[in-house]
Amino acid sequence: MSDQHVNPVEPYLRMDRMPHIWCPGCGIGIVVNCFVRALNQSGIDADTLAVVSGIGCTGRFAGYINLDSFHTTHGRPIPFATGLKIAKPELKVLVFSGEGDLVSIGGNHLIHAARRNSDIKVFCVNNFTYAMTGGQVGPTAPVHSIATTTPYGAYDRPFNLPFLADSTGAVYVARWTTYHVRQLTRSMVEALNKPGFCFVEIITPCPTIYQRRNRLGDGLEAMRYYKRFSKVINGANTRMVGLELKGPIIVGKFIDRDRPTLLEAMNDEFSSKLGAKYKPYPTGVSR
Amino acid sequence: MHADPKGVLTGVHFLDGDHACCEGAIAAGCRAAFGYPITPSTEVVERISQRLPLVGGVFVQMEDEIASSIAIQGAAWGGKKVMTVSSGPGISLMQEHIGLAAMTETPCVFVNVQRGGPSTGLPTLPSQADMMQARWGSHGDYETIAISPNSPQECFDLTIHAFNLAERYRVPVLVMMDESVGHMTERVVIPHPEQIKIESRSVPTGPKEQYQPYAAGEDMVPPMAPVGEGYRFHVTGLTHNDKGYPVMSAEVQEHLVRRLVDKIRLNANKIAMVEEEQTEDADVILVAYGITSRVVLRTLHLAREKGLKVGVFRPVVVWPFPEKRLRELAEKVKAIVVVELNYGQVFLEVERIVCGRTRTELVPHGGGELHDPKDILRVVEELS
Amino acid sequence: MAETEKKSSRRKFRGEVFIKRERCKGCGFCVEFCPTHALGMDKEINQKGYHPPVLVDPDACTGCDLCGLYCPDFAIHAVRVKIGSNESKESDDAC
Repeated sequence: MSDQHVNPVEPYLRMDRMPHIWCPGCGIGIVVNCFVRALNQSGIDADTLAVVSGIGCTGRFAGYINLDSFHTTHGRPIPFATGLKIAKPELKVLVFSGEGDLVSIGGNHLIHAARRNSDIKVFCVNNFTYAMTGGQVGPTAPVHSIATTTPYGAYDRPFNLPFLADSTGAVYVARWTTYHVRQLTRSMVEALNKPGFCFVEIITPCPTIYQRRNRLGDGLEAMRYYKRFSKVINGANTRMVGLELKGPIIVGKFIDRDRPTLLEAMNDEFSSKLGAKYKPYPTGVSR
Repeated sequence: MHADPKGVLTGVHFLDGDHACCEGAIAAGCRAAFGYPITPSTEVVERISQRLPLVGGVFVQMEDEIASSIAIQGAAWGGKKVMTVSSGPGISLMQEHIGLAAMTETPCVFVNVQRGGPSTGLPTLPSQADMMQARWGSHGDYETIAISPNSPQECFDLTIHAFNLAERYRVPVLVMMDESVGHMTERVVIPHPEQIKIESRSVPTGPKEQYQPYAAGEDMVPPMAPVGEGYRFHVTGLTHNDKGYPVMSAEVQEHLVRRLVDKIRLNANKIAMVEEEQTEDADVILVAYGITSRVVLRTLHLAREKGLKVGVFRPVVVWPFPEKRLRELAEKVKAIVVVELNYGQVFLEVERIVCGRTRTELVPHGGGELHDPKDILRVVEELS
Repeated sequence: MAETEKKSSRRKFRGEVFIKRERCKGCGFCVEFCPTHALGMDKEINQKGYHPPVLVDPDACTGCDLCGLYCPDFAIHAVRVKIGSNESKESDDAC
């Protein structure tokens, strides 16, 4: 047992910014681990990747990762990523952000990017709260959960994220928890290599706020809960995977289908109408 | 560097301002645009959606203005020259991202074809009531450049200039058209590509590992590394140091934001662009920009016919405002009259600059129509 | 104990664990999810006041690197070492 062998994650981290700000028992660091291992496994040249994130705890992901990275405004990493991909299609553009950022303020952008099959990979870390700002209610907070802006318990029905992504047209939809490290890594590899709008929900403990305010224990308790109450059902009907405060968690790869990406569809349409007058725009996809 | 011939429709055209603006953008090298329909700007993107695919570019109508205003920034970092287009309500939605572009020093062009406001206002009629917003609309301390064309020809020429300034200073540049200029059809001469000068952002030289994305030299503009070539840089809207890393301190705030602001303020004289008409012997000077600068020329002629010594001072670049020249003129004249299609916006800047050296007056107008030159003449006569 | 000894004599690989004590924030994931229970919490605390992991049963470590995957603070990782060789193999990313 010595200190000599370098942690495989370190070459991908901005080590001059460590330690990170995430709390003890927060799962976002696990997402980093899975991502780095997925990068290694996929064989993709890290220089051809760009990471875009929004605002929030997960939004800090872009700042710690040693790749071309962009920390944008709240709710808007997806349209930024779409613009970046369109300008430089040979890039692989990844979005890492929280559920509040992507689904609440960013909800409109999420559904349109899925509809268009914008060729970006979205990793949505779901900790059921707006943690960075002190724990306000989020769009996936289960009914009866306590938050600073729902002190008597949340009463809105939460989003079922895999169903949302599926129904708006995402070609790859999966959900894992930070307990499912190997499956999550595999999903990331698949998403990285799959053309089109890919959406992976990653359920993560927020021990300091969500767990504590809802008397769900610490990070370890959350992970034990994920281990005990998750059911892997690949190909599950996404309508049926909604979550409750203390219910089962259906995880798995739910959707894996194919259709033309935004740029491919654009080329198809323009070529058929304009013929030789139109020179197809590079799509960054090799099928 | 000169314009890419592929994008330049050399020749004599009969175009309205919106269409001429589109051609200016393409001549300037714009190859990615994102927008959302809003009267009276829609024609710009309608033409762009037709033209860009034929010159190797992409236009996407986004789901809203907020998406448009940040998609252009993703595309700018992807290496493209970019533009979005809107009017009052949409430009209001875009303010947060104008601030992001200023903070991250992303070159991009925002076209505002101004209409009557506030709120939904007069969608199909002109005003100039977004001028202060063009400078102060987003939160925090930052600077933009704002240019006011007064003809379709200028919509072509000055849109190219806007792109060049955006690339040179790495700022968001606003092209402040209005509905009358946008929907006015006039002769537009598009020159040969070799006659169109184009500027592009400076790129870093030196070893990639040592690159600091926000370290600037004397010109206060950092070189902008391309994405996807191994620079591994980080860009954030948080206050950041030269490495681009967020740091929460007053020292870093001063170091960064001071430079963002000085980048434009200390270069104001270089950026200034003014047209003057008979100011050498004037007793009264009319200050006007955009469409109103043409209206006051009529007043000038009427006044001179009556023997009144009137001149016109027209800022073409409105922000940064041409302070130095205006101060010089203020020393020599009896009065300075600001004529604008609003209830006093650039007037406040003129008052500040003149600072009591001479009398200042405002001829306001709520918009919807243009000033009657005779109404302006009446004010001039009272002052002469 | 006897069972583990029997297992070790058949094994081709063992694991080597690298712990950066001062990074640890005591979440307990590595200890909980190590499949062979090779890790435990140190009675001593680090500078921040957390109990980092220690290898309590070195023979049990297979170098699967689940601890590395689970650690949110990048404070631990494992590599798989061929028994009898002097060099460490790269971390087992292929699983």
